Amino acid sequence: MSSLSATIQEVFNEPGCAKNQNKSEAEKKKGCTKQLQPGGAAGGCAFDGAKIALQPFTDVAHLVHGPIACEGNSWDNRGAKSSGSNLWRTSFTTDINETDVVFGGEKRLFKSIKEIIEKYDPPAIFVYQTCVPAMIGDDIDAVCKAAKEKFGTPVIPVNSPGFVGPKNLGNKLAGEAILDHVIGTQEPEYTTPYDINIIGEYNLSGELWQIKPLLDELGIRILACISGDGKYKDVASSHRAKAAMMVCSKAMINVARKMEERYGIPFFEGSFYGIEDSSDSLREIARMLIERGADAELMERTEALIAREEKKAWDAIAKFKPRFAGKKVLLITGGVKSWSVVAALQEAGLDLVGTSVKKSTKEDKERIKELMGQDAHMIEDMTPREMYKMLKDAKADIMLSGGRSQFIALKAAMPWLDINQERHHAYMGYVGMVKLVEEIDKALYNPVWEQVRKPAPWDNPENSWQNRAIAEMEAEAAALAADPVKAEAARRAKKICNCKSVDLGTIEDAVKAHALTTVEGVREHTHASSGCGACSGRIEEIFEAMGVVAAPPPAQAAPPAPEIAPDPLAAELKRRARKACGCKNVTVGTIEDLVREKGLKNIAEVRAATEANTGCGNCEERIESLLDDLLAPAALEAAE
Amino acid sequence: MAIVTVPKKACAVNPLKMSQPIGGALAFMGVRKAMPLLHGSQGCTSFGLVLFVRHFKEAIPMQTTAMSEVATVLGGYENVEQAILNIYNRTKPEIIGICSTGVTETKGDDVDGYIKLIRDKHPQLADFPMVYVSTPDFKDAFQDGWEKTVAKMVEALVAPAADKEKDQARVNVLPGCHLTPGDLDELRTIMEDFGLKPAFLPDLAASLDGHIPEDFSPTTIGGIGVEEIATMGAAAHTICIGAQMRRAGEAMAQKTGTDFRLFERLCGLEPNDTFIMHLSQISGRPVPLKYRRQRGQLVDAMLDGHFHLGGRKVAMGAEPDLLYDVGSFLHEMGGHLLSVVTTTHSPVLERLPADEVLIGDLEDLETRAKERGCDLLLTHSHGRQAAARLHIPFYRIGIPMFDRLGAGHLLSVGYRGTRDLVFHLANLVMADHDENHEPTPQTWAGGAAHAPGAAHTSH
Repeated sequence: MSSLSATIQEVFNEPGCAKNQNKSEAEKKKGCTKQLQPGGAAGGCAFDGAKIALQPFTDVAHLVHGPIACEGNSWDNRGAKSSGSNLWRTSFTTDINETDVVFGGEKRLFKSIKEIIEKYDPPAIFVYQTCVPAMIGDDIDAVCKAAKEKFGTPVIPVNSPGFVGPKNLGNKLAGEAILDHVIGTQEPEYTTPYDINIIGEYNLSGELWQIKPLLDELGIRILACISGDGKYKDVASSHRAKAAMMVCSKAMINVARKMEERYGIPFFEGSFYGIEDSSDSLREIARMLIERGADAELMERTEALIAREEKKAWDAIAKFKPRFAGKKVLLITGGVKSWSVVAALQEAGLDLVGTSVKKSTKEDKERIKELMGQDAHMIEDMTPREMYKMLKDAKADIMLSGGRSQFIALKAAMPWLDINQERHHAYMGYVGMVKLVEEIDKALYNPVWEQVRKPAPWDNPENSWQNRAIAEMEAEAAALAADPVKAEAARRAKKICNCKSVDLGTIEDAVKAHALTTVEGVREHTHASSGCGACSGRIEEIFEAMGVVAAPPPAQAAPPAPEIAPDPLAAELKRRARKACGCKNVTVGTIEDLVREKGLKNIAEVRAATEANTGCGNCEERIESLLDDLLAPAALEAAE
Repeated sequence: MAIVTVPKKACAVNPLKMSQPIGGALAFMGVRKAMPLLHGSQGCTSFGLVLFVRHFKEAIPMQTTAMSEVATVLGGYENVEQAILNIYNRTKPEIIGICSTGVTETKGDDVDGYIKLIRDKHPQLADFPMVYVSTPDFKDAFQDGWEKTVAKMVEALVAPAADKEKDQARVNVLPGCHLTPGDLDELRTIMEDFGLKPAFLPDLAASLDGHIPEDFSPTTIGGIGVEEIATMGAAAHTICIGAQMRRAGEAMAQKTGTDFRLFERLCGLEPNDTFIMHLSQISGRPVPLKYRRQRGQLVDAMLDGHFHLGGRKVAMGAEPDLLYDVGSFLHEMGGHLLSVVTTTHSPVLERLPADEVLIGDLEDLETRAKERGCDLLLTHSHGRQAAARLHIPFYRIGIPMFDRLGAGHLLSVGYRGTRDLVFHLANLVMADHDENHEPTPQTWAGGAAHAPGAAHTSH
């Protein structure tokens, strides 16, 4: 286990991970062991995460060493697609029994490897460690090594038992396993200056194939996709790629970064969700390849392809725009998908009334603000009832989310679209975006909603559970509004740090009592943000709200650096640099300056002067409120 | 009749079996406002939860004690305590049902002891219903977890019966996990038609039948209430369905003094004749006309269906009680059970009308099906890959059924349920014949050695 804990430490120190940067040295050592709350946790375990990351390797055998629960309850449950072998969908598990628990499971594991090689002869076997054999001390590294020597087939230990942490830790431990045992162990048959790796893409519903034809057309070869539709040989020789794109922002950052470190393969973080994101990613791939020796004409061909594909997609989407006018979307999903999907939906003319940021890093949130404006509803954690109220109050016409919250929308008879990994449709690239728009249209305009919302003829519609739930919530809100003391108590009771169960009031008191200005200070006094660290962004928002000038964001604070003095100038520059209009790329600062200097008074004048709000038009409200803020003092003065 | 064998291979390939903690959790889901809690790492719960969501297409209440590596080694008291308090405060359940897992059983956590300490320490929990079942993953299977949990609920929640007179109309029904919510509703209707008042423990038909709940609830949205379970001693009759429920039936008899009647099967003509006559007898009422007519319809369906099911070479993989019930019926329709695989030991296995029953996996099922030329496959959704490779008609039965809708409403019990099952199976066979087995000028070219029957196996 010592090597496992060393690997976990290494993952916690991953410089590419924004969450890690939030933590002090001491907290990194503690890692993620504290962040799960008994009776209040919902996610998968580290083993789950490792399996998700590696299972899309199609031609290898995935052998789970553990009791039946780990594999028997979960196999063949992912929609990754393969262009060749389907061996990955065959389930292998040692299904250890009581005797194995007493006497050790290593022999059964070794025999299992032998049986798989004899019956299925795969190019490699991935062996996944789980909690029970880890506890009884089965040394899977040694068994895998012995099996490899004996049978000559690579046998890769994936040391990621469930109890070491959550799913995303498992993703990274899986990355470590292929870095240590797979990547760089074979050589490609040939290389070209157009070879790239795609990292963190799982080919769910075959969505990689929505992009691959475009790359094929440009003569760009996917040397290895890690791991969607991946083949063992490709990954083993992936160290010869010229550049890499990392698709999912956090899942496999360690793979991308270490491949850069070890093999000099530069990488960028991009997305193929949404039209502009796809175009940007294609450009970036071309740019990096040219930098690494590809012919410069690649960029011209790339631009031509982008222009052609964008036009096709826009033409297809254009007919939906009138149907989507005024339609509002609530987006509940985690991490990277939030901001990339936000951009995509806005392109289709949908209005986003909120998005969840539960799993998002501070950076993710900044990008959402850029895209949706300052007043975006960023939902940290919504109860089912709040989600329903949001839908019901016509703040949203449709909810897009992962499978887990689908029943809230469906039971409330509200349109819902699945955008997480269990979904059936592929939404990547230009064709995928058109598909997503078609699916939203199908869901929004299905006549079934009218049918299913009708109360039973014998029911009193006034007394439906929906109305009662709304009434209850309204009564609660009214009670709070009528009673400032209660309202204040409710406000202060808002949970800020879920790991350590610290509420807003406690933090505010600590900030006041100790004149705190940094997240570190708050952590010291309240223990907030000493778990997973995800709430450090929320704590900074509290500083902002309280008028405390916060320390610079931790992303810029190198660990050994001394406390940097708060810099109001930088904060102001950042505020001014925020986009007011995403389409025409107009910043808040530009508009503010023009209002002050040229005396613009309304949005029409702003439009004429800056082109802001002449694209999709979604920023109208944002600019109006900006104008209100700027003009209000003048109006007051005039009134006096 | 059947010899039960366990193949001697180290590696399970394409498991048929699922773990017993989630079988236990499902049993708790048949109780109103319940929160099942698995004492293990969070993946133990997450996998089970996803599995049930995909099967029932419903929100599933299930929580975890979220054991970390350190907590696992040091013992999970704090985690169990925190989990119970968090669930109690946040979700306001009426009962918390706790199942252990492989991780916590390897360490040997004494959860019954923990619960006692927690009750002492937190007075609000002193009388709060909490039921713990030991269900290590590395032993037994899904069905065993269900069996142990229902028995434990009877022991913990049913009040000892007083001497007062029993209610002759009340019937306790202890259904096995092989019955769907639709099956339970069918049985409820049948019993009510005899003027009986059945109470099901567990009652998945009231929680996982897909109804729209009154409000968003993090716990189960229906099921039998804890206080109703407490009064089960007042029922004059107990009916157990499936051999797995013998243990719960015995617990009920011991607790309440009410003897139980066990029905190992409710699929098929004879089993339903016995069942209906039992209801007639305990209710003192004649068999309603409705069921006399339904019996006729089943007989007719069997006559129509035997042309298609007779002589079928069946491959079937299911947990013991489902296998015994539906497998025996297929035999009664003229099918031959040639490749049979199950998950765990049971007294019914030896009585299955087959030569051999394997406690194995879907690789065993597929290999034997191929060797023996089977032309009809019945198992849960994980059989889809085997069915595609074997290229034979495939009927999904049991949990999980994630790639088709309506898993919760598939019927196999009663005259009507059996009748519909015959139609489903015969239609599959007919469709397969039309698509794959229309005769061609070459079909009989091989002469007698290549008789029409053999054509079914040559794809």
